[in-house]
Amino acid sequence: MRTTTSRPADAPRTSTVVAALLRKELRVELRSFEAVPAMSLFSVTTFVLFHFALQRNALSGELASGVLWVTLLFAAVLGINRLFVADAEQGGFDGFLLSPAGRSALLYSKALTLLAYLIVLELVAVPGFALLLLQPALWPALPGLLAVLALGDLGIVVIGTLVGALAVRTSVRDLLGPMVSLPLLVPVLLCAARASSPVLASARAGALPLRWLLTLALYDLVFGLITFAVFDFLLED
Amino acid sequence: MYGKRLRPLALTTFAALTLTLALAFFWAPNDADQGFLQKIFYIHVPLAIVTLCGFVYGGIAGIAHLRTRDSRWDMRSYVAIHLSLVFGVGVLVTGSIWAKGSWGVWWDWSEPTLVSFLLIMLLYATYQPLRFAIEDPERQARYASVFAITAGAFVPINFAIVRLSTAYLHPRVLGDISGNLPGRFQVVFYLSLVSIGLLWITLWRYEMTSKHARAQLRALRRLLAGDDDDIPAPRRSAVPVLTASAGPAGDGGGVGSPR
Amino acid sequence: MAAATVQTCATPPHRPRSSRQRRPAARAGAAHPSAGRATLAALELRGLTRRYGERLALADVSVSVEDGQTLAVLGPNGAGKTTLLRLLATLLRPHAGEVSVLGHRLPEDGWAVRGRIGLLGHDPLLYRELSARENLQLYAALHGVAGDRVELLLRSVAMERRAQEPLRTLSRGMVQRVAVCRALLHDPELLLLDEPRANLDPAASELVEPLIGRESGRTRVIVSHDPVGAVAEADLVLGLVRGRVRVLATAAELDPESLVELYR
Repeated sequence: MRTTTSRPADAPRTSTVVAALLRKELRVELRSFEAVPAMSLFSVTTFVLFHFALQRNALSGELASGVLWVTLLFAAVLGINRLFVADAEQGGFDGFLLSPAGRSALLYSKALTLLAYLIVLELVAVPGFALLLLQPALWPALPGLLAVLALGDLGIVVIGTLVGALAVRTSVRDLLGPMVSLPLLVPVLLCAARASSPVLASARAGALPLRWLLTLALYDLVFGLITFAVFDFLLED
Repeated sequence: MYGKRLRPLALTTFAALTLTLALAFFWAPNDADQGFLQKIFYIHVPLAIVTLCGFVYGGIAGIAHLRTRDSRWDMRSYVAIHLSLVFGVGVLVTGSIWAKGSWGVWWDWSEPTLVSFLLIMLLYATYQPLRFAIEDPERQARYASVFAITAGAFVPINFAIVRLSTAYLHPRVLGDISGNLPGRFQVVFYLSLVSIGLLWITLWRYEMTSKHARAQLRALRRLLAGDDDDIPAPRRSAVPVLTASAGPAGDGGGVGSPR
Repeated sequence: MAAATVQTCATPPHRPRSSRQRRPAARAGAAHPSAGRATLAALELRGLTRRYGERLALADVSVSVEDGQTLAVLGPNGAGKTTLLRLLATLLRPHAGEVSVLGHRLPEDGWAVRGRIGLLGHDPLLYRELSARENLQLYAALHGVAGDRVELLLRSVAMERRAQEPLRTLSRGMVQRVAVCRALLHDPELLLLDEPRANLDPAASELVEPLIGRESGRTRVIVSHDPVGAVAEADLVLGLVRGRVRVLATAAELDPESLVELYR
């Protein structure tokens, strides 16, 4: 959909630009601690809330799967809300747009940043979940769970980057982010929860249902393509 | 430009709807299981189909808007989504009534169409707040188009996924669209589909005409006033602003101002 | 001395610089800076129009700026000055009319000029948590510019000693100096300046002058709220009121009365 002619030969390579942007994201996050600590803490607190709300000491199977994924989703939404805030407030969009760097570089760097947030979140949330609420042992379930987490994270990243960019320059960015991303994330939740419930079953752990993983992967792919196609239009002033 | 042939269109729609209702009530036989209540199927399913097509059209108009930067496409997308939201409420209400009549509950999670619709409506309900939250009209239109495209793609995918998920829960499907219906049912069903489709199109054209006329009126007023001074600061609005074609190569013919 | 340093610096490796000489009187010289371009002018605006909803932010603006010239854009608040600057920077698209920047039509050829324009606006466009050096290194990567330019520019604005500290600990004037570096990092041919000396103390202003002032030899567009000062360093003056051109004259022929009228 670009109406411009091809980039001049002296434009910097996308990989260099993405690397530089990632370095910036990492530095800013490490120095300001805006997103990741909040997400991680929130997930643990939510587990505690679920304990009291469901009045259960241990969960397994579908219930465990559901509680884990809903918690991850809500924590992710916190991260999505913060993803573009620094750029919107400190003029990062303009600075980027003024450069000859390819627009997709910003998409890649933000997607990778959100993925990094999610990985750190899960490093806290999954053991936390295993400690507080999960009845069966985590270790044997881990490979299957990791596969589901990987695909689920991809879905969250794809939708989250799009919605984050969409919501950040509106007047109600903190409300619009969750409102728009959660319905779009329901299929991710659906497939991920279904895929991980046999893995977290209390009796002999079931096999990973490939059907749901495949559906999730397809969803990730389709919305990945859509995000890639429309992202540029969100960057313009 | 949308006002042409509006009256014949409206009359045709009215006639089609009347015919459909008449046939549904007097000609089509009563269903063996559900009796008279089954007739709501003639409204519920066509409403659902038309609504979904409307949302998808909203997405297609969004693509056209991003490509041409013409505000008319944004208006088309806005009206389509707006109208489909209203029709969508109708889907949920008629579906709920039907569920209550058939199974005694107002809501049933194992009915895939209703569940998909709930999700879609929750998503599209954010369209207006999104637009309202952006003041710059051009950016508002652009962001709305991006949303319309994403949500438009979401509609069919979501349908497929929810259907897949309820397939494992013994779905109690309220209405089967394919040719499982015997003769008379089919005739009335397709007639109803056409009528409700016409209804959507007529309402869409009415709203487009009205918005277009208002934009032309404003443009004329501006011309008469001769200067921008007289325009008061516009109230914040989610409604697209129709301006002359936005691209530098545009012909400026959108609103009829003789530039 | 700072000027000399800038002039003799290595040009960014990616950009094969034509034999452009950066001297105070940049227009003379064997190799004309615009050699190889379709049109001679650095900036060519014809009937430029940009709307904001139903209002006109810019209406039918036409002006032509030659290489190395300075255009001063003046006008009361809401005149469209910032819109014009952002449009020239390729951040906004024109809705009607023709815009040609450095010989390339906008918005189609925006790509071709993006690396050759420097924008210095109200917003420094810098991340507060990063240091000056880290910010500039980021922009160097974005523009495909070699890293030694960063050090060079930091020295030329006397910020090398505080280049490690996060920007949020620096004063507004220092941040502005770093912003100047950011705008010049890729050695742009066209400078777009919005109140460039705001927040700068006289010493800093002096440091920055050879980089963004008339002697730099770059084509400049300056938006200013100080009509007298702006006209003093300009070749052309454009006065806007509510998006429309009210004044367009060379600095020499400018009637001071018309300037007063602008702000009435």
